[in-house]
Order: sequence, then structure tokens, then C-alpha cells
Amino acid sequence: MPILGYIAKRGLQAIFVVVAVTLFISFAIRLTGDPAVMMRESANVTPEDLERVREGLGLNRPFLVQYWDFLSGLVTGDLGASFFRGPIAPLVSDALGATVLLALTSLVVSLIISIPLGVYAARHRGSVSDQIIRLLSLTGLSFPNFWLGIVLILIFSVSLRWLPASDFRSPASLIMPAVTIGVILTATNLRIVRTTMLDTLNQQFIMVARAKGLSERSVIYKHALRNSSIALVTYLGLQFGSLMGGLVVVELVFNWPGMGTLAVEAIAQRDYPILQTVISFLAIMIVAVNLLVDLVYMALDPRIRLE
Amino acid sequence: MSAFKSFEFVAGIVLIALIALIALIGGAVLLSPLLFPGGGTAQSLVDRLTPPFQTWEYPLGTDPLGRDILARVVVGGRVSFFVGISSAIGAVAIGTVVGLFAGYYRGVWDTFLMRFADIQLALPFILLAITVIAIIGPGLDRIIFLMIVAQWVQYARLIRGSVLSLRRAEYVQAAQCYGLRDRAILFKHILPNAMGPLVIVGTPNVATNILLESSLTFLGLGIDPLIPSWGGMLAGGRNYIQTAPWVTIFPGLAIMLTVLGLNLLGDWLRDRLDPLGRTT
Repeated sequence: MPILGYIAKRGLQAIFVVVAVTLFISFAIRLTGDPAVMMRESANVTPEDLERVREGLGLNRPFLVQYWDFLSGLVTGDLGASFFRGPIAPLVSDALGATVLLALTSLVVSLIISIPLGVYAARHRGSVSDQIIRLLSLTGLSFPNFWLGIVLILIFSVSLRWLPASDFRSPASLIMPAVTIGVILTATNLRIVRTTMLDTLNQQFIMVARAKGLSERSVIYKHALRNSSIALVTYLGLQFGSLMGGLVVVELVFNWPGMGTLAVEAIAQRDYPILQTVISFLAIMIVAVNLLVDLVYMALDPRIRLE
Repeated sequence: MSAFKSFEFVAGIVLIALIALIALIGGAVLLSPLLFPGGGTAQSLVDRLTPPFQTWEYPLGTDPLGRDILARVVVGGRVSFFVGISSAIGAVAIGTVVGLFAGYYRGVWDTFLMRFADIQLALPFILLAITVIAIIGPGLDRIIFLMIVAQWVQYARLIRGSVLSLRRAEYVQAAQCYGLRDRAILFKHILPNAMGPLVIVGTPNVATNILLESSLTFLGLGIDPLIPSWGGMLAGGRNYIQTAPWVTIFPGLAIMLTVLGLNLLGDWLRDRLDPLGRTT
């Protein structure tokens, strides 16, 4: 019962947040005024076009009805039409795929760097290398991520001509954006790995594992790392929001065809239905990831259930 | 062993040097109207795209409109510091008041705070800013306002946590027995004892906000491009990255050094004031 109660409570919380956020976004977008009039300002459209847009968007109906349509559209996949670029659904699904690909690759890049370095720093606490790793991670936190992207383009595309600078044409296009975001993520992840490993290494079961005569490698990677990975997963979940925020900017630097580029293009064209859908989608993804992390955490560590 | 000790020492020196550098930048930033009367906006098309370290007139070179990059970096720093510091102060002020009430009275205040925190987690600042600025338009005041709206919650939760433990403290109970009004208890007795962590969280927050402001300005959603700002310089220099990389590199370095210095300061404060790591 407490478990089911907890899941239900967390689920209700998540639903509340999704409703609040999407309601806020829809309301804010609606404040921009009559989209048809704005289109007349920005492009040559006939009155019939305006009527078609109003009709297509259902703008003559009350706000809450429109909002409900928007919400059910998110579920059914019928996302309606944008102002200038046809139906929204294919645009968003392409962009979402590109963004998820980039996010996951960056995450993998970051874990490959931060786990060994973080473990090393924790095992050699206070040593020169620990201090250097700490300083490096602080430096990583001090970059504007898009500037790192620009510098990478300068080095690897302009000077060395090794990698394509923009767009998504080949797997090689993925390297620089993924490294850019991966490095920024690593700065935080390194600290988390180091702290959680320090906590774990001080616990009794590690002493027992060592006393059993297990090899140090086995103690560290099989016992300690596995236990600290629970905390790591939680932090990764909490970080997911800022990862999405960072992605938006980095995508633009590399002209990556993801959600961020789509959103910024939508702002430039004043294509607000696209903007509304993109931001809502990202927010829902963040809520979903956080919910998932909470539930996984509960499955992994039964002690948290009573909280 | 001595090598480790001396490393800590060296790291300390480096840290202080960096902070001094920040202070220097800050000082130059404050004095910049005197040093650079043109405010970094004076154009000289004859001198356009002068590379750095060539002339004394333009030590860091010029941009495509022949504007002095050094002057623009220094003047742009004023914007960055202003945004970073004023938004953090605003968020601390609002967060402190709400946190005090939520921790002391619980109930509605508490529920409001926690639900707001949930929402804030789901809408990261960049996404919130993109949505709102697309509608109300870009601007310095709007960015600061949005940062305060997005960030007061973390301070409120911090203060709330401290108040929850302090409200049972003996001196608070004593104050209650004397018949002091709630407001006096909250602001005169509880607040001074709950304020410590604010500094620890606030310092890196200034750094984060400088980064966020430059990101937004880079996207064209921040500061007016006519005002020199680090993010704006990066956005403007991006198209000249092949021919004139210095236009982009120097403002980026300025951001990096400033933010690194603030983060080092924050780390040092944390180690000093909170050795047990309770605020992380």
C-alpha cells in the first residue's frame, strides 16, 4: 500500500505540473494577440488565408476548449498546423529525434569521461591529481557552452578541416555538438561521481569486500560504483532540465535540426503554434524523466519508500 | 606530502589572483565611462577588423565595424555584472521572505512553495525565457525579472529548511514567551541565523546568471544588440569566425575568467562556511 500510495502521489504531482506548465505556455502564447493579424504584418496573405488559419487553429473557440484540443493533440499526435510550415507533427517528431540523439550521445560522452576520472579523484582524495580534476571541472562549469562550440568549430572545421561545422549530414556531424554538451555535463557529473564515491568508499561493506581479499578493481567497479550509481542516476534526472536548456543554444551554434533550432526559428518567424508545441513537449519530457528517475530510484533502493 | 600541501597553497594563490583579476575587471568596468568615452560604440571603418596585438590604439583588435574590442569587452562587463548581481539580489530578497513565512507558518505558504518548486523544475530557465521573451520582447529589465521569477524558489527552500529547525530553538521560544510579534521574531531573531547559506548559494548563482544572460543575448533574446555585451559580441562575431576569430574569442575569455573566478570564490566560501557540505 505505501508503495502504491507513493506512486499515485508522485503521478498526481507530475500531472499537476504538466497541466500547470502547459496551461501557462498556452495562455502566454495566446497573449500575443490574433495570430492571423500578426501574419498579415509579416507576410503577404489574403483574407481567405487568414480565415483558413483561424479555422485551422480553431481560434474562434474559447481558450479552454483550445487548450483541451492542444492537450489531447499531444496525446493523439494530431498537433495541428503551424502558420508557415504545414502540419506540426512531422516537424516536431523529426526535431525530437535529432535532439534525443544528441542528448543521449552527449550523456554517453560525459559518462565515459566523468566516471573513470571521478572514481580516480575519489580514490586519491586530496592528491595533486584530485585537485587538478577539481579545477578542471570548475573550469568546465565556467564556459558558456555555445562559446565552447564556436571554439571547437574554429579549431576542427576552420583550421584543421576535420569535421563538418554545421547541419546534420553524416555521423561526423554529431561529434562536435555531442562533445560540446558532453564537456559541460562532465563538469557537473565529475563532482557528483567523486562525492558519491567518497561516501560509498567510507562504508563498511567496502571494508568487508577489501577484507575478503577482492581485487581493488572488483571492489571499486563491482561494489562501490554500483552503489553510487543510484545517486548518480538521481542527479542525472535532476540535471535533465538544464541539459535541455543547454541543448537549445548549442543546437543553434551547430545548426543542429533539433527542438532548440525549431523553437528559435519559430520565434524568428513568429510561428507560435510551433513554439507552444516544442516548449510543452520539452517540459513534459523533463517531468516524465524526473518521474521515471524517482520510480527507478524507489525500485533500486527500498529504503526511500517511507519518505 | 609537501608537494600536496604546496599544491593547495598554489591553488589558493591562483584563486586569489583570479579573484583579484575579477576585482580588476570589476573596477575597470565601473570606471569604464572615463576610460572609454565612446562606450565601446565608436566606429572607425578605416580600422575595421584590425587583428589583436598590432597597435596600441586597439590592443585586442577591432570588430567588423571598426569598434575597439577591448573597450567593448570592458563596457560589456558592466552589463554582465549588473544582470548577474541584481538578479541574484532580487531572487534572494523574495526567496527569503517567502521562505521565512513557509518555514514558520507552514500550511498554505508551504504548499504554494513546494508546488511552485515542482513547476520550476519542469521549465528550465532558457525554455521559460524563450517562451516569455518571444511574447514580451527582449530587454535587460525583462531578463532580470525572469531570472528573479525563476530563481527565488531555491532561496525560499533554503531559508525554509533553516527556519524549520530554528523555530523550535530555545531563543525563539523565549522570544515567543515574551510576547514578541511574529514579524519581529522572524526578521530580528530567525533571519540573522538563517542567512549564512544564502551567500554560499548566491555566489555561484551570480556566475550562472552571467552565463544565462550571455546565452540569451547570443540567441537574440537578451540585451539590445546596440548595447555592448559579451553575449552580443559573441553573436555578432560568429559570422566572422573564419576571418576574424578574435572578435569572438576575447568576449568568450572574459566570460570564462569572470565565471571561473566567481565559481572558485563560491567553492572557497563553501569550504570555509560549510565544511560538512549541508547546502549541496
